[in-house]
Amino acid sequence: MQKLISWIDDRLPIVEAFENHMSKYYAPKNFNIWYIFGVLSMVVLVNQLLTGIWLTMSYNPTAEGAFASVEYIMRDVEYGWLLRYLHSTGASAFFIVVYLHMFRGLMYGSYKKPRELIWLFGMTIYLALMAEGFMGYLLPWGQMSYWGAQVIVNLFGAIPMIGDDLSLWIRGDYLISGITLNRFFALHVVALPIVILALVVLHILALHTVGSNNPDGIEIKENKDENGIPKDGIPFHPFYSVHDIVGIVVFLFVFCGVVFYFPEMGGYFLEYANFEPSNPLKTPDHIAPVWYFTPFYAMLRAVPDAFLGVVVMGGAIAILFVLPWLDRSAVKSIRYKGIISKIALASLVVSFVVLGYLGVVIATPERTMWARILTGVYFAYFILMPWYTKIEKTKPVPERVTG
Amino acid sequence: MKNILFAFFLCLSSVVVFASGGSQAPMDHIETDFSDQESLQSGLSLYSNYCFGCHALQYARYERAANDLGIPNKIFEENLLVGDTKIGQLMSISMSSDHAKVWFGSPPPDLTLVARLRGPDWLYNYLRGFYADPKRPYGVNNVIFKDVGMPHVLAPLQGVCAEAPHLGVEPVVDPLSGNVVSSSGCSEFSSKGSLSAAEYDEAIYNLVNFLEYVGEPSRAQSEAMGRNVLIFLAFLFIFAYLLNKEYWRDIH
Repeated sequence: MQKLISWIDDRLPIVEAFENHMSKYYAPKNFNIWYIFGVLSMVVLVNQLLTGIWLTMSYNPTAEGAFASVEYIMRDVEYGWLLRYLHSTGASAFFIVVYLHMFRGLMYGSYKKPRELIWLFGMTIYLALMAEGFMGYLLPWGQMSYWGAQVIVNLFGAIPMIGDDLSLWIRGDYLISGITLNRFFALHVVALPIVILALVVLHILALHTVGSNNPDGIEIKENKDENGIPKDGIPFHPFYSVHDIVGIVVFLFVFCGVVFYFPEMGGYFLEYANFEPSNPLKTPDHIAPVWYFTPFYAMLRAVPDAFLGVVVMGGAIAILFVLPWLDRSAVKSIRYKGIISKIALASLVVSFVVLGYLGVVIATPERTMWARILTGVYFAYFILMPWYTKIEKTKPVPERVTG
Repeated sequence: MKNILFAFFLCLSSVVVFASGGSQAPMDHIETDFSDQESLQSGLSLYSNYCFGCHALQYARYERAANDLGIPNKIFEENLLVGDTKIGQLMSISMSSDHAKVWFGSPPPDLTLVARLRGPDWLYNYLRGFYADPKRPYGVNNVIFKDVGMPHVLAPLQGVCAEAPHLGVEPVVDPLSGNVVSSSGCSEFSSKGSLSAAEYDEAIYNLVNFLEYVGEPSRAQSEAMGRNVLIFLAFLFIFAYLLNKEYWRDIH
């Protein structure tokens, strides 16, 4: 075994790579539970790739055969139901862990210098993931697949001048059709997974270059011992690998509970209306996107003008990209920021979650009013950030991590 | 910090509480039971005799249903397959949807997934919701699905209710005599069927139970397997936890 390793290592630096990224990558020793969601995203990504490959073996990407082939997978393919539920539950789980991972970044200032690039790669992954989720949702070719895609693609039509041509170009047809299904299939199973994988590699390489942040927001590399090892750092392997196994098992317990017992998750993970084959002549009474898009959908509906709605929705995602340059605070972690930052972050979370709820339900005048207020709250977190992070009084940051 | 977490989870839980409301007519609630094979078999027999003429189960196979419902293939082939249908085939029907559209206004939908689309409660109430309405082409209307195009195919069993049945109401019992004054369902029939009200409700329960099974035939396998997977993960957790504890003993 040792001979084999050294044979390979003479030709490819595997030992060095393992040391750089695992056994001699020093991570702060004070990670808390919020630091599990990065590795969980990787677990879910692997799950999506593997189950996706096997689903592709039995799925038929045509308007005539797509819906029936999904039922064929559910009934006639050995363990096909398990593959499909792992994949559909995995899609929702992906967004849950990614949202919590992003919240961790907001809370501890992980986007701040010198980790701006990590944040940008992460945001690009999130964007690619939204495209991946959206295109994957068309594939079962149910009523919600069809009309959800119709609504979203029509959003591009609201752009002045080029809008109609753009949405026509995306669909490849005058309405969502088998042509659209085929190209979404290609993008969903080939193009976007490659993009996401590449971005994940960049995200991690950038992280391992500057090192991980921690709940105190202290740079552990500024305090090294005589061997050049950070005093507050511990090797990722074995300490965090054994740590992560515990987290992964707990996650899998919850995940499998959903997969085996309630894969529909009350209509949130698999919408009931999607058990009806798509029908271009019958618009459903209530078109709701899957839950992970609903905060943005609520913002879209809150704006009376279609184009401005698209701008607001796009802006809600775009503004996240510039976050590293909005935060002017002297400290990273929420632990040492002032009261305004704490209230602002709490308001952001409340507005995002409630907007998510408002995007699920049918709009009423009162709900639309709330959606408008909360859209304002959401944007205020970012737009006012340069101001409130600068004026508020921060607490002194300790020299060493506090655990 | 703790407050932020608290607010965060409070919001998450509020989303769950708000989940899926709806302004539907009141309905009676049932608990389906896919382990009750007798009920499923009875539902299949009712389906074959009354529904299968118009409503296909085109994603399901005869053989799978026979096996899952504990019906020997031989008996199934002799009694439930018509003509030269093979047991490995999908449960499709011979009525063309073009003809059906002319006869009914819209073709009767495939029902393989109807229980997943509408939910068992909806089906249970819909099938008990027909009543006489001379204004409709087939002389019946439905309290759950207003102006439905479907005739009351089960009228020979239920009879035809003279007025809109009250569904989803608690039974009212006279406190002195102990008699049931009113209960959920039809109170007056314009024509009698062969079953009593209770027998009809049970027959519909069986039918809905069968449709629930056929919507997701993997449910039984899934729950049996899920139990083993969760037990395995619980054991794995113990070892993962101890391993982690051992490594982290010296980190302060």
